[in-house]
Amino acid sequence: MSADVPLWAALPAAALLAGGGLFALVGAFGLLRLDSFYARIHAPTLGASLGTACVLAASMLVASALAERPVIHEAMIALFILLTSPVSSLLLMRAALFRWRG
Amino acid sequence: MNAILPWAVRFALACFALAMLFAFLRLFRGPTAEDRVLALDALYINGMLSMLALGIGFGSAAYADIALVIALLGFVGSAAMAKFLLRGEVIEP
Amino acid sequence: MKLRPSALLLPLFLLLAWLLLTGSASGGNVLLGLACAVSITAAVAALRPLRARPRRLQAAIGRCWHVAVDIVRSNLAVAGIILGAARRPPRVGFVSIPLDLGDAHGLALLAVILTATPGSVWAKHDAKSKELTLHVLDLQDEAAWVRTVKQRYERPLMEIFE
Repeated sequence: MSADVPLWAALPAAALLAGGGLFALVGAFGLLRLDSFYARIHAPTLGASLGTACVLAASMLVASALAERPVIHEAMIALFILLTSPVSSLLLMRAALFRWRG
Repeated sequence: MNAILPWAVRFALACFALAMLFAFLRLFRGPTAEDRVLALDALYINGMLSMLALGIGFGSAAYADIALVIALLGFVGSAAMAKFLLRGEVIEP
Repeated sequence: MKLRPSALLLPLFLLLAWLLLTGSASGGNVLLGLACAVSITAAVAALRPLRARPRRLQAAIGRCWHVAVDIVRSNLAVAGIILGAARRPPRVGFVSIPLDLGDAHGLALLAVILTATPGSVWAKHDAKSKELTLHVLDLQDEAAWVRTVKQRYERPLMEIFE
């Protein structure tokens, strides 16, 4: 695996990766553990917001260090997830309200 | 000293795999259809994140494109399912 | 017809996205991206005649920073709630917030901001009474939520869109 990444990029990237992984894990843990749908709908947002942001930042950092020029291609994924994940959770909320309250 | 990044990648991949397992359990357990769609949503986000972590691990840019495709298709899928739950039709006449 | 600066937002964004996704900034690629951006903008304008009229774009950039800080803060708060849920289950609840914002684009942006922030999901909005129902993961202080949404998010959006 990538051992030739310079240290100035490897250290923050490793921290960001670990943080992103923990956020995604806590989000999924909440999805499993919370006891009603209305509480559960909030949990995966954790992985979709800060988890994704951390991992994408780490990816940009490592890709820029390897290519020796700024690579910001991943910013498109960040923008896309930021715009679409609220839309699907909003639609799900509407569906739950519609189906359970009539 | 520079082995820290591969270890961070392994740690992140383990986290995402565990998160996908949790989402799978919620997918099977339900109890409502909304819960299952929510679990699928979490599942594709974590799959996309593990692709990005693999891309960091192998130092390859191709994984970012895979992640972009997963993000696009996953959103279309969960939006279509949520719309189906909402109206009973995906594309209305 | 005089060209407003905000009319350039969509073509510029499309061009930037094209350049980022193709990953090269050679002359031919910029030209192709420009052609795509202009034709897509024209097609979208024909498809949807209702236009957003954002003003004060500099202020909007400053507000993006506020939103990012809020997302990080509520991520930490929600992570704490999930990990502490065994001792004290969160009190879920709906808050109804009377809004003054009427512009459709402003409302769409408000919905995305509130839903992207963990811990709150936009549930319902009544266009006639302008009342928003927000679902909150851990409802402690209803008045604080109303104050935060109105002052921190709604007022800048009204300044930008109305």
